Formats: sequence, structure tokens, C-alpha cells
Amino acid sequence: MAVLIDITKCIGCESCSVACKLYNSLDFKSEPRNIKNGRIELDDNRWTVIHKYETEDKRIRFVKKQCLHCKEPACVSACFSKAIQKDEETGAVVYYPDLCVGCRYCMVACPYEIPKYQWDEQFPKITKCEMCPSRLENGDAPACVAVCPTNALISGDRDELLKKAHEIIASDSKYVQHVYGENEVGGSEWMYISDIPFEELGFKMVSETPVTKYTKDYISKVPILAVIWGIFLASLSYYNHRNGHGTHSESEEDFENPDDENTKDKQD
Amino acid sequence: MNFYRCFRIFGWNFTITPGRFIMTGLVAIMLAIVSIRLLTGFGVVTNLSDETPWGLWIAFDVMCGVALAGGGYSTTLLVSIFRFDEFEVVCRGALLTSLLGYLLVLAGLFLDIGQWFNSWRPYFSWGYSSVLFEVFWCISIYTSILTFEFFEIFTERVLTKRLHRYIVRVLPIFIVIGLIFPMMHQSSLGGLFLIMKERMFPLWWSEFLPLYFLMSSFFVGSAMVGVESSFASKAYGHGIPHNVMKKLTRIGGCIMLVYLLMKIYDLFTMNLWSYVFQGGLQSNMYCIEMLFGIIIPIIIIFSPIADTKFGLAGYAWLTVLGVVVNRMNCVFTSMYESGSYFPSAGEIFISIGLVSAGALVYAFLVENLNILGRKHAVQINVHKNKDIRSLIWAFVRPNN
Repeated sequence: MAVLIDITKCIGCESCSVACKLYNSLDFKSEPRNIKNGRIELDDNRWTVIHKYETEDKRIRFVKKQCLHCKEPACVSACFSKAIQKDEETGAVVYYPDLCVGCRYCMVACPYEIPKYQWDEQFPKITKCEMCPSRLENGDAPACVAVCPTNALISGDRDELLKKAHEIIASDSKYVQHVYGENEVGGSEWMYISDIPFEELGFKMVSETPVTKYTKDYISKVPILAVIWGIFLASLSYYNHRNGHGTHSESEEDFENPDDENTKDKQD
Repeated sequence: MNFYRCFRIFGWNFTITPGRFIMTGLVAIMLAIVSIRLLTGFGVVTNLSDETPWGLWIAFDVMCGVALAGGGYSTTLLVSIFRFDEFEVVCRGALLTSLLGYLLVLAGLFLDIGQWFNSWRPYFSWGYSSVLFEVFWCISIYTSILTFEFFEIFTERVLTKRLHRYIVRVLPIFIVIGLIFPMMHQSSLGGLFLIMKERMFPLWWSEFLPLYFLMSSFFVGSAMVGVESSFASKAYGHGIPHNVMKKLTRIGGCIMLVYLLMKIYDLFTMNLWSYVFQGGLQSNMYCIEMLFGIIIPIIIIFSPIADTKFGLAGYAWLTVLGVVVNRMNCVFTSMYESGSYFPSAGEIFISIGLVSAGALVYAFLVENLNILGRKHAVQINVHKNKDIRSLIWAFVRPNN
């Protein structure tokens, strides 16, 4: 399941963020925790937010922000207890609080800074958009997509949506010739098209290489290096032993002397 | 002329000095803050936020703690495997510092995780694609091995007849295993940052990060042994001979030189020179870190300045502080917007309390086991602070 967001169609009505709070039973009364440049950012009770942008020629655009559900999610790869997993069928990146230790590595690993934390709880959990997994199971669209009155959000198969997105931006010259989320850090399930350059709408410009590649490259080398290093150490240690350098018997005698002092101490 | 009181309880020495009295107070403050943290979460005690999820506890208690505890593996490697027998005097002190370092790291980590009752999960729910998974396993295993290696020193005094000889026999196997894991996770701590390429300031991110962390933990290890022995020589009159210390730190210095060359290579291959001199907090911090933490120490250690006691101490302190700054930079300066995070009093007091607890246990153990120079250390009586002393002893021994 993928979602395509057409920024030109969004009127900023916030239906999506209300639907999200209702469906995920989030606290409507919570004060915004993170405010940046006058815009309310995601937090533990806001899994999606709408950001308003005004261009220099006074055009107003609204950008919906939520987890992009990457194809190669950094948070999933970073989690050392599998508390965040990518659902193979739906593509949703889902959090399993029962497995979560609370190390917050996912928060620092995410290139988009999406996962947020319940800072005021005694046993805090990670919070982020999970694409409404129980709705996806029944074949429904995520709550926010289902309520969008202007069809700015449409859900469907990723390949088909991508094809559609390219058709739209090719047919209408007002669009920027770029689908954000097609290749960004390996691509994501949520994609955007816009008539205003993405940089001006607060989108982060990232490379196309998935960040998980660097850890994968490293992790794959570790076992071999460790084994080689272990064999080297063991053989050198054995060599020392055979040549009588590793004289543990000698040093054992050294141990005795301080021990004697010890007993003397006690007698004193 | 007994200025410091030494209590003997079941044959174990408990010395109390004004310094230790204060440290005990710091530990008590820490325990109070710890209980607030465990009862209320992070909001009250820390300055952590969604923008700055990792703070002082990760950067200092964990990252620096593990790096500074590198003295254990680096001296063991030099002594047990490469047979630099002259360093053997250093070995046990370094081992103890490492063990305490790791225990403090675990304590710091425990406070930093939100759902600590789930901390056993990674043993069963294997997130093997995570570098943190490797770090977690390696630190668990290595701390157990360090405990075992230290147990050998412990059994010199306790259960000597029954256990000691057997432990000595299997020790070499554990030493070899105990050299694989620290090197793996020292480098993996750097590997943690690989995934943050899109978030880190380019000067700190490199594909060689694991190697950088490994190398810096190696050279900071010997520097830390130097710092520690300078404390020990003040308190206990146990100094490591200057030429031994110089040779040990010079080996570290060679690694440091390679580290510097690789850093410069990175600047060329990734075209980063413009960042170095662009001004601003990040590039300035980078320059400070490289100049005072790497370049000046290298100049000191390979010049005649290293022949003086002062020069060597200068090298050791600069190197230690340089690595501390490096780890802090990796976490804060490179990832967070400048000024968005500064540790709260609670975070700082807990870190100080943990270090104090470590120092107290260290002092207790070196006075009761054969560690420094393979014999019991005895606190030198200092004729200072008479007033503080009499004040304290008024509490401890009213009839005095």
C-alpha cells in the first residue's frame, strides 16, 4: 500500500490530522511539544501535521507531514530488538512496543526525524505514523487518506501510483518534474508531487543511497574480521606459550609474595 | 599522625578521606535523582527532547566511558599477546579501570533506556541488522569476561586454595576471547553513526568511523592509564616508571599519527576542506578537537617534551579530553542544531555521581587487593585540610 500526495490539491483543512487522532486514540488536548519556525511539528500526540508555506509570490501551500514508510527504513534496520518492523505485504513500518527497550536509536537513525518519544511517561514508548495497520489488513485506506475531501491523498499499489504520478507531472507543466519519495534514501511508500520546488516547502534533500547500505556493508564484514582476529590472537598466544614466554608459572610465584604480606597485615 | 581514618571490617580496609566523603555525598545525590528519573520518566530530570533524543548519558557515560575503558584491552593486547613484558606493572590497574568503566557504562545505559524492564529483549528478539545489536552483545560478553579476569585477582585473597589455581589455568583462553569483543564493539560504537549520514555534519561522518573509534579507543587507553597512574601516584605513591609510561604512550602516539593521516585523507576524498574553515560552531569545534586532541599531543609525544613528567602528563590529559570532545561532537555538535541541547543539572549530577561511585570502588579495591604494582596500596597521609578533617571526624568519632 502506497500513498501519493498531490500538494496542489491540499486545502489545509486538517481532516487528516483529526482522523489520525481519532483512529489512533491520541490526546486532542495535548499542548504542542515541538514548534519550529512557527510551525507545529510532529510529537507523541501528533502523528501527522499540516505545515503552511507561503511562497515569495504569495502562493500558499500545505504540506502534510508524517512517516514516509521508507522501502529501506533506517529505523527498522537500527532497532536492535526488532521493535520496529516493516510489514512485507502492506509496506507499513509498524512499531511493537512490547519489544521496545527505549534506546531511541531509531530516532537518531531516521533521516527525516519522524519517530517521537513520550518524554513525560514513566515507561515511554516511541510514537509515529504506522499507516493504520488494522485498516490496511481489511483492504481499507489509512484513516487520513479515507477522509481527505479533495483527493489530495490517494492510496494504492506503489508501482501504479508512481506511474500515475509521472503521468500527472508530465501532462501538466506547472508541476515540478520530480516525485519526492520515488528514490529518496532508497524510496518510500509515501510520495509527493508539487508545483513548487520541494526545497521551498521544507522537504529535506537527501541522497538516493539508502542509509542502511552503510551499516549493512559494515555489519557484513564484522564476523569475518572477528574470526581472523581471533585466530591470529589465539595462534600468537599459543606460540608465546610454547616458547615459554607466557610464563604463567613464574608470575604465579610473583603472586605469592604480596599474598604473604597480606597475611602479615592480617596478623598485625 | 593518622590523618585519614582507616576502618577495618572483617579484615577489609575502608579508608575515608575528605575527598571520599564528598564523593559519597555526590553518590547520594545521584541516587536521589535516579529515583526521580525512574519514577517520572525523562521530562523532569533531563533536557532531552524529540530533536535531541540522545544526550549526555549516551555521549559521556556510554561513548566516553567505553572509550576510556579501552585501557584494559589495549594493555592486555600489548602485554599478553605482543609480550611487552615491561608494561605488566600497568596491567592490573588498567584492567580494574576497564571493569569499573564498563559497569558504569551499563549503569548509564540502564538509566537512559525508557522501558528498562525490556532490556533483556535483544537477547531473544534479534535485531541483527542493527549495529547496536552487536554493541549490546559484545558489551554484555566483554563485561562478563572482565569480571572473570578480575575475579582472578580477587581469588588471590578470597577462596585462594580452592579456586585460584584453576582460574589461572583457564585465564589465557579468556584473555584471547576478551580481546576479540572489545575491539569489535569499540569499532561498532563508531559504526552506530554510519546510518546517520543524512543527519551528521559532514566533517564527522566517514565510512571509516568504526576504524576511527577503534583507533581512538586504543590511543586513549594508554593515555587514560597515564592519567589514572598520576592520580594513583598522588594518593598512593605508586608511580609507573617514566620510561615505561613513555614507551606505552608512544605506541598510542603511532596509532594517533595514522588516525590523523586518515582524517586528512578523508578531507581530501570527500572534499571537505571548505567546511573546516567556514567558521561557525561545528567547524570551530572540529578544529579545536583536531588541534588540541590530536595534533598537539602528537607533537608532544614525538618530541623531547615527552621526556619530562609534565610533558607526558600533558599528552595524556590532552588525549583524554580530545577523545571526550570527539565523542561529544559526534553526538551533539554534528547532529543537533547549535544551542538546541545542553545537559540539565540532573543529567550532569548523575554523570558526576556515577564517576564518583567508580572512583570510590576503585580506591577501595586497590587498597584491599594486589592491583597497583601487584600489592596493596596505602593512602598517603596529607597534612592538608585539617579543618575539614576535624569537622568530619567530629561526626565519625565524637570522642576524638
